[in-house]
Amino acid sequence: MAAISVARSSCGLINGLKVSLRSVTRVKYGAVSATVPQTSLHRSCRWYSVSHLSVKERIDQKRQAALQGGGQQRIEAQHKRGKLTARERVQLLLDPESFVETDMFVEHRCADFGMEQDRNKFPGDSVVTGRGRINGRLVYVFSQDFTVFGGSLSGAHAQKICKIMDQAMTVGAPVIGLNDSGGARIQEGVESLAGYADIFLRNVMASGVIPQISLIMGPCAGGAVYSPALTDFTFMVKDTSYLFITGPDVVKSVTNEDVTQEELGGAKTHTTVSGVAHRAFENDIEALLNLREFFNFLPLSNQDPAVTFALIELITNPLLFCLISHSFFSDRLVPSLDNIVPLESTKAYDMLDIIHAIVDERDFFEIMPNYAKNIVVGFARMNGRTVGIVGNQPKVASGCLDINSSVKGARFVRFCDAFNIPIITFVDVPGFLPGTAQEYGGIIRHGAKLLFAFAEATVPKITIITRKAYGGAYDVMSSKHLRGDVNYAWPTAEVAVMGAKGAVQIIFRGKENQAEAEAEYVEKFANPFPAAVRGFVDDIIEPATTRKKICQDLEVLASKKQVNPWKKHANIPL
Amino acid sequence: MNFAFIFHFFCFIILVTLKHINWNKTLNQKWVHVKMADEAVCVGSAPTSKSYLNMDAIMDAIRVTGAQAVHPGYGFLSENKEFAKRLAAEGVAFIGPDTHAIQAMGDKIESKLIAKAAKVNTIPGFDGVVKTAEEAVKIAQEIGYPVMIKASAGGGGKGMRIAWNDEETREGFRFSSQEAASSFGDDRLLIEKYIDNPRHIEIQVLADKHGNALWLNERECSIQRRNQKVVEEAPSTFLDPVTRRAMGEQAVQLAKAVQYSSAGTVEFLVDSKKNFYFLEMNTRLQVEHPITECITGLDLVEQMIRVAKGYQLQHTQDDIPINGWAIECRVYAEDPYKSFGLPSIGRLSQYQEPLDLDKVRVDSGIQEGSDISIYYDPMISKLITYGATRAEALGRMEDALDNYVIRGVTHNIPLLREIITHPRFVSGHISTNFLPEVYPDGFKGHQLEADAKRELLASAAVLYIAAELRSAKQFVLFRVASTPVECSHWELCVELGEERQDVEISKSGTVEMDGAKVEVWGALNLASPLLPLTINGTQRMLQCLSRDAAGVIVLQYLGTLFKVRVLSKLAAELNSYMPEKVSEDTSSILRSPMPGTVVAVSVKPGDTVAEGQEICVIEAMKMQNSLTAVKQAKVKSVHCKPGETVGEGDLLVELE
Repeated sequence: MAAISVARSSCGLINGLKVSLRSVTRVKYGAVSATVPQTSLHRSCRWYSVSHLSVKERIDQKRQAALQGGGQQRIEAQHKRGKLTARERVQLLLDPESFVETDMFVEHRCADFGMEQDRNKFPGDSVVTGRGRINGRLVYVFSQDFTVFGGSLSGAHAQKICKIMDQAMTVGAPVIGLNDSGGARIQEGVESLAGYADIFLRNVMASGVIPQISLIMGPCAGGAVYSPALTDFTFMVKDTSYLFITGPDVVKSVTNEDVTQEELGGAKTHTTVSGVAHRAFENDIEALLNLREFFNFLPLSNQDPAVTFALIELITNPLLFCLISHSFFSDRLVPSLDNIVPLESTKAYDMLDIIHAIVDERDFFEIMPNYAKNIVVGFARMNGRTVGIVGNQPKVASGCLDINSSVKGARFVRFCDAFNIPIITFVDVPGFLPGTAQEYGGIIRHGAKLLFAFAEATVPKITIITRKAYGGAYDVMSSKHLRGDVNYAWPTAEVAVMGAKGAVQIIFRGKENQAEAEAEYVEKFANPFPAAVRGFVDDIIEPATTRKKICQDLEVLASKKQVNPWKKHANIPL
Repeated sequence: MNFAFIFHFFCFIILVTLKHINWNKTLNQKWVHVKMADEAVCVGSAPTSKSYLNMDAIMDAIRVTGAQAVHPGYGFLSENKEFAKRLAAEGVAFIGPDTHAIQAMGDKIESKLIAKAAKVNTIPGFDGVVKTAEEAVKIAQEIGYPVMIKASAGGGGKGMRIAWNDEETREGFRFSSQEAASSFGDDRLLIEKYIDNPRHIEIQVLADKHGNALWLNERECSIQRRNQKVVEEAPSTFLDPVTRRAMGEQAVQLAKAVQYSSAGTVEFLVDSKKNFYFLEMNTRLQVEHPITECITGLDLVEQMIRVAKGYQLQHTQDDIPINGWAIECRVYAEDPYKSFGLPSIGRLSQYQEPLDLDKVRVDSGIQEGSDISIYYDPMISKLITYGATRAEALGRMEDALDNYVIRGVTHNIPLLREIITHPRFVSGHISTNFLPEVYPDGFKGHQLEADAKRELLASAAVLYIAAELRSAKQFVLFRVASTPVECSHWELCVELGEERQDVEISKSGTVEMDGAKVEVWGALNLASPLLPLTINGTQRMLQCLSRDAAGVIVLQYLGTLFKVRVLSKLAAELNSYMPEKVSEDTSSILRSPMPGTVVAVSVKPGDTVAEGQEICVIEAMKMQNSLTAVKQAKVKSVHCKPGETVGEGDLLVELE
């Protein structure tokens, strides 16, 4: 704080120049330090009244001030919390020197409560906005600056965010928000609320047009939480980020519950209990680096096809790496899949083993790995091309569908569909989870979401039934009947209304020899033939060939065109 | 001829042409030999006493398939006289020695008496069967410490313990008798003088039913951990022709003394003066038989079948050569950092044998996707290399170990590679105490010297840059132009453990760090687990185990896994602001060091345990492991009970 006002008010051409030069070199490496000379001479004066600076110098000074955010002390305090500053985050997230900042000179307009004073004005206000590149691909970014008024949202702050969102919409590029904000700027009152609403509206308008990602890197409370909630993906940083509507104090006063910030809205809560956040990372750096990795999977907008890594062998630097071979071994056989499904249908296995073995480089970016673990969703690549993967997880609750897993799956499928990402579904589902908890919770309408999502999706859909596909859950899981493009069954597949035991009790009610009846049922239905003879699966394939087949199918389906009937929008059962 | 093979682990190539059956078990339906078999019969579920040791089931299987002969493989029933008897009663040929020889040699005490009678050198201080702990102590005192205690019926080092005083004798007696009962169904024990610092050298013999017997040279098996062999070679660097002949001739004398027919192994302990003592005779094919096949050119399984059929031996002693050198490494699914190898389990998510290399043989019974369970020996395979000279064979072994891709279970390749490249091993200066002597504080992996460390860091940095470059080369319809940063020079920071090293990679093709330059060149494929690199002109095969977005790269380099973190210079600088996350205090928590079955729990809540006191015993892969308290404390809670199966890292006991 002090440093900034000094920088602003310091006079003398040479001095000012020195400061700016020094700061430029410093800021390049992100470690900003307070070595600005202290002259308290005109501290309390408005700078223009005493300044002898040219416009150019004033520009430089403003830029310097903007780069310093809330000042050295606050920056140090931010670091002490284990958090990076808004600018450091942007620098890490984007390719080196690719950040193009906008609205560096914007200041807040509040004139109440002493806010109009010079020391309460910070060029750029409490958010850093602009565009940049991640691995060469365009992205718009805003990064809230906790060092300026705790990152609180002023009208100007909101306006800056809205501006880059509008630009992102016009060119068709994703928006990444790095959230670290104490909430609304209380001094501004309703203007701040309006700001939130402006952002919400843009979040909604951009939904399904450009990918929107939120990374929560500090507090995000009150109305502010709805912006991340509206975006496609919300990631959090462990121990330093919180998301809640009302904090622990209010909770205590209203419901008399004692709860810590971490329990109420920490990363663990939201990635395991509430399902609000999609993934959590250890710290700022890991979060940002992972976000870069995640960004590689996404198309820039709904006008772009799924991202494909180049297949060319690229000769980057003849001396350094002769060549980086880019074969993904698309026709690789995967022998480990031949025996992954246990013979006993009651025995579990890990669907992730199948996914890792099938996708390129065993690289699977799982979404919500710790929430509703009975369904696995995430991104991977097949022969270099991004695909979305949905799989029942037999290891957890037998892989049954329940409320949470249906909602998790549905949202993921809709994202893939919106952004032209083919969906590969691995099915081993014994059905929907029975019970009053589920029925009272509305499994009917929630389960319908997943059904709805798969049915309306027009992207290439490839389904592999690895084992059980029972009852309504069979229909839901990207079945042929929901316009599945290619549906395969492994020899271990069983497509039936229900398991043998239950079926026999109904069909042969009262019959003496239940065991024999069960054997008959198993013989007839606990295999892929009933589905195959009706054409409900296109082929029964050797598991080892699954990768090869999927790669070939995706090649063909790349030109798939399918259009749903015109409608204003569908009415998904929310 | 209709053959039945009981495979505990491996199959032999020659069998593919024969009709044979396997007793696979429900657990083992995934194993390779089941696929090779013409017929497979399930003999029961996982625990060995219910499957391979279940003779009734196996006899049924023989009847069902109409097998005319049975090859028993290496373990389980191969040295079981009862089994051979029952086969004889059914009129089924047992491919192996006759019952008399198995019985005579299978009993450690009787075998020594026979050996003595046959003028074979035997170990001094040899004594009889032991019934109680006190009797054990008395015998031990008579012989003089140190003494060795083991199960009479067990082969190899199973159930073998060394005692240096009365207390250890009692403990050894308890463990050995329990183990003997659980593994062999025979709780008799043997106590004898323990020869310190010996070599374990064994002679392969081959005898027919017409009184002919040959010795097929020796195998040096001194490299052992917990008395189980790890690395074997043939011939031995230690034996001169005179000693070799003397040992060979005594081995043949013994074979003839018991009218031995088929292939067998006479094990000797050899002291530093080249005195040798008969240890025991294994009346079966040994795991390490391939190295003898390599240097003699004989196919032992083929010879065994010929002998079983009643043919005479084709060779005379003069026909048996020593051609070149062969080395065998036993690749185990175990963690070499825990007392040279505690069992680990898992599913082989990736598995690739180095079969494309010349003169490399891999005998395994598993494939990608196989489960390594707690119920069997943790052996993954036998890796055999052959060369005209020892140096050549060792060089091939290095390459083979570097090219061996095993993912999903912890394995002992780091240790194997360290052994075969250790100066003491290379010079042939070894004994059965090699491992504890060379690694007195336990195995810690390859210790990197400055040059090697630079090579590792440079390789990691290059891999990181390769991945970065690849990420920037995306193939999209360029609606919005992609503008990757054209970079010709990278500044990185590479972390290995606590160490941080600034690294520069420049367009001139060199990785610079710490004033030194490393040239790294190679055809990298990020989809391949193998990274063939040329580092400063030397070809190295590295393996990449994992690579994550946060820059953590796990590389296998010189056999050992190294976790390296590569960050851009900016990220590395900012990383100093990131808080250290504290992990839980483990001194008061006892976790299972490996997956296994709880055999005994010696404490209950409220007990006070002294430091080093036994808390519980876990049996895994047929080994009993005693877990002790690391400090004096009161027991807070016990989370396991005898008979339970526990996984690695499972909480067993909490102390206060």
